[in-house]
Amino acid sequence: MSSTKNPYRPYPARLDNIKVETEDGNLKTFRIVLEDKADREAWKHTAGQFAMLSLAGKGEIPIGIASSPTEEGHLLFTVNRAGVVTTALHNMKEGDRIGVRGPLGNGFPVDTELKGKNIVIIAGGFAFTTLRATLIYMLEHRQDYGKITVIYGARTPGMLLYRDELEKWQARDDVDMHVTIDREAPGWDGLVGFVPTIAGQVAPSPDNAAALICGPPIMIKFTMPPLEEIGWTDDQVYLSLENRMKCGIGICGHCSVGPVYVCHDGPVFTRSQVQKLPIEY
Amino acid sequence: MKALKLDRNAIGQWLSAMAGERDIYVPAPDGPAKGTWTLLTDYSMPEIKPGVPARPVKNFLFPQPETLLKFSTVPTDPNCCLPSEPEENGRKNVVFGVRPCDARSIGLNALACKADTYYQANMEKNAIIGLTCSQVCSTCFCSETGGSPMGTEGCDVSLTEIDGSYIARAMTERGEALLALAESSGKEVTDSDISAVEALEEKARAGSDEIRNPEEQLRAKDLMELYNAPFWQELADRCINCGACTFLCPTCYCFDIQDETLHGKGRRIRCQDSCMFPLFTLHASGHNPRGQKIQRVRNRFMHKMKYFPDRFGPISCVGCGRCVRDCPVNIDIREVMRSLLHI
Repeated sequence: MSSTKNPYRPYPARLDNIKVETEDGNLKTFRIVLEDKADREAWKHTAGQFAMLSLAGKGEIPIGIASSPTEEGHLLFTVNRAGVVTTALHNMKEGDRIGVRGPLGNGFPVDTELKGKNIVIIAGGFAFTTLRATLIYMLEHRQDYGKITVIYGARTPGMLLYRDELEKWQARDDVDMHVTIDREAPGWDGLVGFVPTIAGQVAPSPDNAAALICGPPIMIKFTMPPLEEIGWTDDQVYLSLENRMKCGIGICGHCSVGPVYVCHDGPVFTRSQVQKLPIEY
Repeated sequence: MKALKLDRNAIGQWLSAMAGERDIYVPAPDGPAKGTWTLLTDYSMPEIKPGVPARPVKNFLFPQPETLLKFSTVPTDPNCCLPSEPEENGRKNVVFGVRPCDARSIGLNALACKADTYYQANMEKNAIIGLTCSQVCSTCFCSETGGSPMGTEGCDVSLTEIDGSYIARAMTERGEALLALAESSGKEVTDSDISAVEALEEKARAGSDEIRNPEEQLRAKDLMELYNAPFWQELADRCINCGACTFLCPTCYCFDIQDETLHGKGRRIRCQDSCMFPLFTLHASGHNPRGQKIQRVRNRFMHKMKYFPDRFGPISCVGCGRCVRDCPVNIDIREVMRSLLHI
């Protein structure tokens, strides 16, 4: 093997803490600590990037990094149990060894294009993970951004991620939180309604603003019209794509959408970039 | 760069000299291994038929399968689940008798594999001794893709047959070192040898192919216009998504990564994969971005003719004609290229 770093070799890491996030038990947040001090020190990611979680004997999965770069010492990944590797991961316990390959992809332009802008974060379901990283990063660098508005929805109160943190953010006066659930539920006194409806009611101004939208495609589809109506344009809207991935470094072809590789050129694209691509995501 | 004239006898001695430090692979003769590349054991000039063997040279650059990492899965092992790189046996190869199209594919794939340390290591490991084509087959179209039957791109040494002897030209430093091993058996090239090679090169350039530098024309075209072209549906109707084209293609480099374990020992391997298969893009959720056949057929050709040139410059096709020759439903990439050029 040549002396350059092998991009396929994961960092050894341990599962430090496992937290069940949702009432259906299908989403867990894994706190992961890289085993080697040198790896921990070398690790540098941007909000919106992802990593390959590597389970020896099972395979690898691309998962968005849910922790902000400002949360040092560990990484967080919130994982939905869906396939072979995620199921195996859900069956692991604290202290077990895992591999982490990354950080991969581009991330949100938090230190460049988004600086000085009013930020609107719109998330649905369990797509809130890298937006959690982004929000925490922005709150840590609060003076770099204008007004921050968050619209986050889930099916039921029990399906909301990061409940404790949501409450803390709601108590702050420097972030405008709108947490909603799809239908009335006992014990819920917050907003009720789908994310697109709430986005229409909140009607964030497009002036000097950027929207970061992550969620199921159907949510994104219906969220755009109310925003467009009040003047939002496609180059102000940032989306994060997901596709099947293997190499994570723009070679193997699985995640390609026309000429771009989601893993290497993305996962974050502006909506105007996405509009120019074939619909293969 | 060094050049020698080698008769068949001298080639045999040269092969024997190279075999001291490298394994030599050549296109297999007729028989059970036909179409593959086989380890040379008697050091004489092998019979190499016109055209390309069924298996492309990429199999040396992307071994099937290739172990990326190995690991233990025994829970009591302190190194359990800690991946490490497999040891190399240190043995290097010479791939001998590689046609210009195949040799050229190595550099094209390398454009996409810059960050891939395994591909880079395999380029180091495999020296390429090319053999120019004195005969062009009916399925060959290298000249239409930017190559030439006399091409030397990707070769460390290039051989050209002239009157039963071979003019061997070193093309790289590594080739120079390999060719030095033939010094004792070969002859110095004469001016007439050089002009004979140049005459062949000139003849190859003057070929009557109608398409030259398609990459420039294709790069200039609108991506979505090509994507939405009407002929994809007709192609997809014929295609049976068998994937033969992708496995035989020297410039199809997509791969899969899988873990295998047996009795507590595991390895992470990569093997060729094909964008012709629905599984290639299937999400764990069940969603499939290229779930329809037309999307997959179109993706393969668009990658070769538009996405790759937009990203790296040349088209990702070397005109070897394997897919034309072996497609069970007679899909012809030359026709697809022409259709795209006419849009």
